[in-house]
Amino acid sequence: MTQPILSIRDLTVEIPTRYGILRPVDGVSYDIAPGEILGVVGESGAGKSMAGNAVIGLLSPPAHISKGEIHVNGTRIDHLKGDAMRKLRGKQIGMVFQDPLTSLNPLLRIGDQLTETILAHLDVTRDQAQQRAIAALEEVGIPGARERVNSYPHEFSGGMRQRVVIALALCAEPSLIIADEPTTALDVSVQAQIIALLKQLCRTRGTAVMLITHDMGVIAEAADRVAVMYAGKLVELGPVRDVLTKPSHPYTDGLMGSTPLASRGKARLHQIPGAMPRLDNLPTGCAFHPRCPYSTDKCAADPAPTLQDGGGAAACFFPLPHKAKVA
Amino acid sequence: MLAYIIQRIAQSFLVLLVVGAVAFSMFRFVGDPIDNMLGQERTQADIERLRTQLGLDQPFPVQYVKFLAGAVQGNFGVSYRQGRPVSQILLERAPATLELAAVSGFLAISIGIGLGVFTAIRRDGFTANAIMSLSLIGVSLPTFLIGILLIYLFSVELGWLPSFGRGDTVRIGWWTTGFLTESGLKALILPSITLGLYQMTLIMRLVRSEMLEVLRQDYIRFARARGLRDRAVNFRHALKNTLVPVITVTGLQLGSIIAFAIITETVFQWPGVGLLFINAIQFVDIPVMAAYLMLISVMFVGINLIVDLLYFSIDPRLRADRTGGH
Repeated sequence: MTQPILSIRDLTVEIPTRYGILRPVDGVSYDIAPGEILGVVGESGAGKSMAGNAVIGLLSPPAHISKGEIHVNGTRIDHLKGDAMRKLRGKQIGMVFQDPLTSLNPLLRIGDQLTETILAHLDVTRDQAQQRAIAALEEVGIPGARERVNSYPHEFSGGMRQRVVIALALCAEPSLIIADEPTTALDVSVQAQIIALLKQLCRTRGTAVMLITHDMGVIAEAADRVAVMYAGKLVELGPVRDVLTKPSHPYTDGLMGSTPLASRGKARLHQIPGAMPRLDNLPTGCAFHPRCPYSTDKCAADPAPTLQDGGGAAACFFPLPHKAKVA
Repeated sequence: MLAYIIQRIAQSFLVLLVVGAVAFSMFRFVGDPIDNMLGQERTQADIERLRTQLGLDQPFPVQYVKFLAGAVQGNFGVSYRQGRPVSQILLERAPATLELAAVSGFLAISIGIGLGVFTAIRRDGFTANAIMSLSLIGVSLPTFLIGILLIYLFSVELGWLPSFGRGDTVRIGWWTTGFLTESGLKALILPSITLGLYQMTLIMRLVRSEMLEVLRQDYIRFARARGLRDRAVNFRHALKNTLVPVITVTGLQLGSIIAFAIITETVFQWPGVGLLFINAIQFVDIPVMAAYLMLISVMFVGINLIVDLLYFSIDPRLRADRTGGH
């Protein structure tokens, strides 16, 4: 097996507050292989984005990594600070944000934003950087890239801007892309194009992608594997087909049940009762047990088992038996 | 773009006309210049003769139109007190005020923006907090008090800098400059600090709050996520976006630097147009007052026009006629 691009082990992010320490990310471990798209799903506040920000070193203080390790291309990066971390950003880890309308600087030409990024990481001349900028725009499917390189962000539509954002994230050729809800702010038809683009770039370049979303449709469309997060913990991890069709964790099962599907007809959508607990008020034992239809006394008393990549598929004492898993 | 500029210039002229009318109508209430001009031993005939000679017996609209007609040709009449053309007096006095205002404005903008950026980037640092606390002094103390305190400290106690006047000046054509002599430069220090301190602290606090707002934006996070250096993020990306609202206020402040030079010039006996205006009020020297007010309003309107044009050069979204589109 090839070495994973990204390897997270027991990652824990803490935010000290006056009411105690919150853990928006709690003991999360997963790998992403070259050319693989890992979908990270969960409700708002489950810690998906926080994990992504931790990897790229952009946690806003006082949030910080308190435990665990992050390796990119075999190098440990979680303890890097200042300039050492800055050099990794863009060069090894690229990031795509949710809203293309706000993630481009409105006062700078997109060509300037591209070349400054290229010049910050690659040893090229200004002219070469300009050529690369045009090539990057062509690669993400901006028509007339040679002319459009001198345009300002407001001269592009939302979908085109997200393509520009992707070009910016990729222009220094990072091996890992963190895409934080890259399609949430876009029209449905444009969403599909952006997802297809991300997928194609990832396949041709062998870039690993951490695709953070709460959209199951996007996951089904793009991801190779899925990591499901709940209240800061990783609750299920597996190939997309298995997780979507045969979820092991009761939370994933509830999540899938609450996704509208054309095949289900007009039947009422399933709801998971209750809401995700606040981080300052987590229940004892498994964080999901108050909402879980299968919970027992053990779930309320003991912390759920931690999910290890390559180990079990769900962080649950009683994973759902869909198939002859016990083998 | 050109249509916009023409439209703005037309608007500016309208503003000037209204300002002139308001100012001119106020002069009827400041007193009768005849009282000051004629001595104790005057006859009713003397008064009538002078009144007719100065055109003060004519109705207000006629006086105003005459004033405008002269002003357009650069003729603001003759000063009642000095008996010389007002335009000549203003030309003599203007360099002193303009040099003082330029130095104050430069200090206010450069130090104000510099400290504003510094206090925004080092938001919780000790130095930044100290600067913020000190800036309260600049915002809250009245100008004349700052001037008097500076004179007390640097002229009276330490004896380093002159307390009044402009020092030696050098003539270049009709312009007199204090930049070229040591005493001229020394004399500039205290008045320009006094005049610019309020503007400086105001610009600094404004830049800081705008910058903090900009630093929270997604495009700043994205710039960081692309691994740009802090310097590029702070100055290339953040400062430029900060400047749009800052320019508005700064432009207005530059106008008021020239207008409020009156107080500073009085405290430091600076031989500029502000001091001229104060003396003119005491003497009800209507031509000088009218010309001064028109001059100040021309400057205000001009600065505002420049500010509006600066927006275009900074923010591409405003260049509406240059449509990119798709």
